[in-house]
Amino acid sequence: MSGWLSDFMNVPAKYIHFNSWLQISVSNLIVILIMVALFAAAILLPFPGSHSKSNSHRGDK
Amino acid sequence: MTTQNLESETPTPEDSKMWTARLRNAWQRNLPIDKLLPDTQPAYVASWIYVFGVLTIAAFVDILISGLILAFAGPAWYHTSSLGLFVNSLHFWGVQLFFVFMVVHLWGKFWMAAWRGRRTATWITGMVAFLASIGTAFTGYLIQTNFDAQWIAFEAKDGFNAVGIGAFFTPTNIGQIMLIHVALLPLVLGVITVMHVLLVRKHGVVPPIDALPEIEA
Ligand code: HEM
Repeated sequence: MSGWLSDFMNVPAKYIHFNSWLQISVSNLIVILIMVALFAAAILLPFPGSHSKSNSHRGDK
Repeated sequence: MTTQNLESETPTPEDSKMWTARLRNAWQRNLPIDKLLPDTQPAYVASWIYVFGVLTIAAFVDILISGLILAFAGPAWYHTSSLGLFVNSLHFWGVQLFFVFMVVHLWGKFWMAAWRGRRTATWITGMVAFLASIGTAFTGYLIQTNFDAQWIAFEAKDGFNAVGIGAFFTPTNIGQIMLIHVALLPLVLGVITVMHVLLVRKHGVVPPIDALPEIEA
């Protein structure tokens, strides 16, 4: 393998040490942050074609 | 049909004791065709969070197809030619997406407590799918046949021996691991996924926590 991606990947993982017991590799941290961002986007972004006013039955107890 | 039914009045499907009839009746009761293939969903399903289950399936399909090509063409092809490396990458990055989608799906279902309303089996089959995926990914990393794979195999061997299952699973035995990875685990994962989705169809999508009681299924 050669190229920028393998130059980036074929090296030992860089670790972030928060303290003696909490440490995480940069790559794992990036993946977790992507998942958190996807989760937030899935909750917050409006779904195309949905009429947000039509679910007025929600919460009107 | 039993002969006993032929003599009496017109046999109803419920009369027959044959396993085909019992299976048919149970299926009809639990999962009629309009529940299996719905064309409308409640308004609350119009959210991106409900897309992550099917995104996980899409990634799984990519993994199955690329994996099938890898298995037929073999490492002499996928480790050397550029097309082979591309298909290998489709397989590898498909797995990364699969796990990302599955975890966001899991978080979504956790925070909406989607096991409510007799949906325990849906949650459990999801959990089993997660565990089976970890096993599949693990055996996949073992058959990369690079230094990473060697390192993982020898660490895992000690772990397996320590918990007493080293006699059955030997991570350093590449033949065993490759067969488990390409034959057994994808099948297991596929069957669990089908069960998981059929359970979702049977129960319908869980109503939001603040929905009115009569909407609760
Ligand atoms: C192989 C991995 C998985 C696949 C392919 C998959 C697929 C799906 C699909 C297509 C749906 C319906 C659409 C949706 O709500 O997104 C669904 C629903 C559901 N999933 Fe999964 N899933 C997987 C893993 C998991 C995991 C790990 C969990 C949690 C432990 C889980 C829990 C649930 C629950 C509780 C529902 C039902 C939600 C409801 O009734 O409204 N799934 N899944």
